[in-house]
Amino acid sequence: MSTTTAELLKGAAELFPDEVVTSAHVRHLELPYGAGRFALITLDNGFDHTKPTTFGPGSLANLNTAIDQVEKEAAEGSIVGAGVTGKPFIFAVGADLKGVEILKRHEDALAIGKSGHEVFKRLSALAVPTFAYYNGAAMGGGVEVGLHCTYRTVSKALPAFSLPEVFLGLVPGWGGCTLLPNLIGAEKAVSVIIENSLNQNRQLKGKQVFELGIADALFEGADFLEQSLVWTANVLKGDVAVERPEVDRGEGWDQAVAKGRFIADSKVHGAAPAAYRALDIIAASKDGDLQAGFDAEDSALADLIMGGELRSGIYAFNLVQKRAKRPAGAPDKNLARPVTKVGVVGAGLMASQLALLFLRRLEVPVVLTDIDQERVDKGVGYVHAEIDKLLAKSRINQDKANRLKGLVSGVLDKAEGFSDADFIIEAVFEEIGVKQQVFAEVEAVAPAHAILATNTSSLSVTEMASKLKHPERVVGFHFFNPVAILPLLEIVRGEQTDDVSLATAFGVARKLKKTAVLVKDAPAFVVNRILTRFMGEIQNVIDEGTPVAVAEKAVEPLGLPMSPLVLLELVGPAIGLHVSETLNRAFPDRFTVSENLAAVVKAGKRGFYVYSAENGFKPELDPEVAALLKQGDVALTEEQTRDRVLDAVAQEIGLMLDEGVVAEAQDIDLCLITGAGWPFHLGGITPYLDREGVSERVNGKKFLAQGVASVPA
Amino acid sequence: MPRTVRDVVFVDGVRTPFGKAGPKGIYHETRADDLVVKAIRELLRRNPALDPAKIDEVAIAATTQIGDQGLTLGRTAGILAGLPQSVPGYSIDRMCAGALTAVTSVAGSIAFGAYDAVIAGGVEHMGRHPMGEGVDPNPRFVSEKLVDESALFMGMTAENLHDRYPHITKLRADEYAVRSQEKAAKAYADGKIQQDLVPISVRNTNSEVGETGWGLVTADEPMRPGTTLESLAGLKTPFRVHGNVTAGNAAGLNDGATASIIASEEFARENNLPVKMRLVSYAFAGVEPEVMGYGPIPATEKALAKAGLSIGDIDLFEINEAFAVQVLAFLDHYGIADDDARVNQYGGAIAYGHPLASSGVRLMTQLARQFEEQPEVRYGLTTMCVGFGMGATVIWENPHHKDAGGSK
Repeated sequence: MSTTTAELLKGAAELFPDEVVTSAHVRHLELPYGAGRFALITLDNGFDHTKPTTFGPGSLANLNTAIDQVEKEAAEGSIVGAGVTGKPFIFAVGADLKGVEILKRHEDALAIGKSGHEVFKRLSALAVPTFAYYNGAAMGGGVEVGLHCTYRTVSKALPAFSLPEVFLGLVPGWGGCTLLPNLIGAEKAVSVIIENSLNQNRQLKGKQVFELGIADALFEGADFLEQSLVWTANVLKGDVAVERPEVDRGEGWDQAVAKGRFIADSKVHGAAPAAYRALDIIAASKDGDLQAGFDAEDSALADLIMGGELRSGIYAFNLVQKRAKRPAGAPDKNLARPVTKVGVVGAGLMASQLALLFLRRLEVPVVLTDIDQERVDKGVGYVHAEIDKLLAKSRINQDKANRLKGLVSGVLDKAEGFSDADFIIEAVFEEIGVKQQVFAEVEAVAPAHAILATNTSSLSVTEMASKLKHPERVVGFHFFNPVAILPLLEIVRGEQTDDVSLATAFGVARKLKKTAVLVKDAPAFVVNRILTRFMGEIQNVIDEGTPVAVAEKAVEPLGLPMSPLVLLELVGPAIGLHVSETLNRAFPDRFTVSENLAAVVKAGKRGFYVYSAENGFKPELDPEVAALLKQGDVALTEEQTRDRVLDAVAQEIGLMLDEGVVAEAQDIDLCLITGAGWPFHLGGITPYLDREGVSERVNGKKFLAQGVASVPA
Repeated sequence: MPRTVRDVVFVDGVRTPFGKAGPKGIYHETRADDLVVKAIRELLRRNPALDPAKIDEVAIAATTQIGDQGLTLGRTAGILAGLPQSVPGYSIDRMCAGALTAVTSVAGSIAFGAYDAVIAGGVEHMGRHPMGEGVDPNPRFVSEKLVDESALFMGMTAENLHDRYPHITKLRADEYAVRSQEKAAKAYADGKIQQDLVPISVRNTNSEVGETGWGLVTADEPMRPGTTLESLAGLKTPFRVHGNVTAGNAAGLNDGATASIIASEEFARENNLPVKMRLVSYAFAGVEPEVMGYGPIPATEKALAKAGLSIGDIDLFEINEAFAVQVLAFLDHYGIADDDARVNQYGGAIAYGHPLASSGVRLMTQLARQFEEQPEVRYGLTTMCVGFGMGATVIWENPHHKDAGGSK
């Protein structure tokens, strides 16, 4: 058996010569209390904790060899038990994704799944009990290697523990889908495998791992391994009995799977297969037949690895993990000036939210100004109230609250507020004349080096700067609502913006912990332009005669976080209309201004839908809106609608790349993921447009080279 | 304000297994602060009746107080061990008698009424911090001949002691060393030592040293059971050509940590803590730095005098074996035989090792075990020599003795 596995791994390792190979060190020790000789396997890739230990084929082969040795010792009776632990701070964080990306053939993908199982499951078949000591971060295959052991302990200091596979587009396929529900029951397993994963890859802490029953014992970080080994000695001597609650294999199991499907539907709307494949395996593992479960995991893994959603998922993961940290086109960060005081023009809701964000992240004085004292007081009051909320939730302590409150102030006189500010951002009414006026006033009183930033969502930064003495210090700094939650910040370079100002803007963005993307000063920048084109096309189809319900349903297979009209409601129809007007002026041939939308706005409607308790708060077309709609007589099918909308999006992105709005298609996707919440399984959008053939149909070519977010050629 | 001197007791003591210093030692990749932190945690686990919030002080000794032995180790170790932030701490240095001085310093404060319960211990990672690391002796020591140049090198001071007492031959020292190894091996076989050891997880990333990965240390590394006179005879005398002091009749260079709970007797009884030893008296004394090994004699004289006891009242001795010659000088002074059964019953530092500032509490932990086993013994003492010409002695009463607590 192990020869076959070794051969499988050898073949797989040849496909992945760049693997950072993890060693599996076998070291022997005497357990306390004379409990006997013990073999402890340490997983260690030889780097410090900044490069976590992963499993590729070479790593699995090393673990397999280590288990060969331990298996022999167990059989001959020279050890009483065996354990697995990790290097300092890291247990193991699962499969090496680079090794998954390069797989081109279904059979190679299958081999990875099978060989992982073959190696890991040996840990449950030794002649002695096995123990996993989760000392630090454990994810995916790292969690799974421990699940195959007889017992597990976990450190209270463990910061992150998860089965993130579904988040990326995989299933926990080295035993996780099968073993976890059989260990802790389907309900808890679904919460770990499905719910946490789809909830932005939420991580568990050590204590929760113990409370869920995944680990049998919890020890503090200071002497975690010692206490784990003391506990091991006690278990082996029979002085500690490990008791686990009975797993509900009846109705509870089915209900848990049903709940999992409900969660998956609400998150991906059936558009990504991973969660459903994982749930199928969980459902099937109810009878406790582990091998059948492992086989199902193998085939699910292989199918998903060869599918577009996973490739998009990994691509998206790399965008937010790597590209987001090194913004394309950003100038040398050493050019950035320090920012020791921030000014905010305006004290309305958006301005107040910005003030709070700058205050919390930069911890420098923040001054709000507005046209009357009442507005200023209201703005400062908002910030104070939010600080109190953070204090009440123990997110900050009293000292920090005092400090932050002391740093925020509001004044009427810009000269008083801004004369020593390094960075001044305006969030006043979205009207070019108003903004030019504001910047002129600010320039008159601000220091010569101060950066002037605008939170405009659709106006030209260049035009806004054009009347200033020093237009080179104006940058666009476009946040997305809700500011505290959405990571994206579009940083707009006006025609005259200089590198120092831009570098300072990127430096501030980094401190704000935002995902900054460099954008050319083009109408509505990236996210709003694409969303407006997307929603505009939906509106066009409706205006031409397609029923609202059909148009909405047409894009459901994309699995967007919400339907276009629900999104319109969130943005506000008036703002949606305003942006469409702006874009219509810029690109009248592609962006229309819907008369129906204008009528809805004119009627003072906040959206197309009404919600009622009788109908379970599901959106229903507002009869008053229905009465306002003037539709044509061309009714498209869902498929026709979908094609038209996607064609429009593909065309718009193609044009944006031609115009140089961003450096690459990757930046478009990063913007859509972090600014509009577009899902990983679409890879933002361009991987999806590529794999559905839309890009080639519209632009005659794909956005991304083969292999970037797809199976390599 | 009327003030009463309070009785001070040794509640409990533990230590890490001791390791050999250097790249092949078990603790080569282990931090010094982690060693003492783990000892403190074990001590608290063994004494759940002690509410950590009631600990008044953490006094930790280290000779070389830099790097992972610096940063006011008593304070940082307390935080790292998970003690409440309200528990303060400080660092102590009296070289080899560091932990012993930690105990006596806090004991004085307890007697005075400043503390009720205290953690006292020490650590020395001589692999990470070799003797003499970062020292900068004042040139006046030499120019004004304040001390002999050999005073800074402990091995040379031991050779000097052989000069002073020519009747203490290398053979006697080697015979003593063999017995120390034998007694230590027997104590291990009888399970006397292991019960006060804290298991320590250790990492090794160097395959030349041995198996790599995480391991667990549950026993002292320096021990050499089966040591014979013949095997010692041929060892080099590194401190002097044709000298007497070898690696075999001296303690080695070691890594390890100790920790103890010292409390007022009243506090211990009220909190249902064990009372393993009662402090009778302590004293420190200075001698010529070039014969520092002589230090325990005047220190013991002082401590006996303060206690109103004579050497004949002492029935158990725990003498730190920095060098066999230093123990023999002490025994000769008091007319005690080299193999007297009252002396170092479990063997000593020649076998277990001597991580400088940690050793004092090892002596106490071992004496406490002997008190428990031998209730007929009323008084015992712990003593050690200290660099730069000092000695340190603590006299203890056995609370298990029928007359304990009464007048002598």
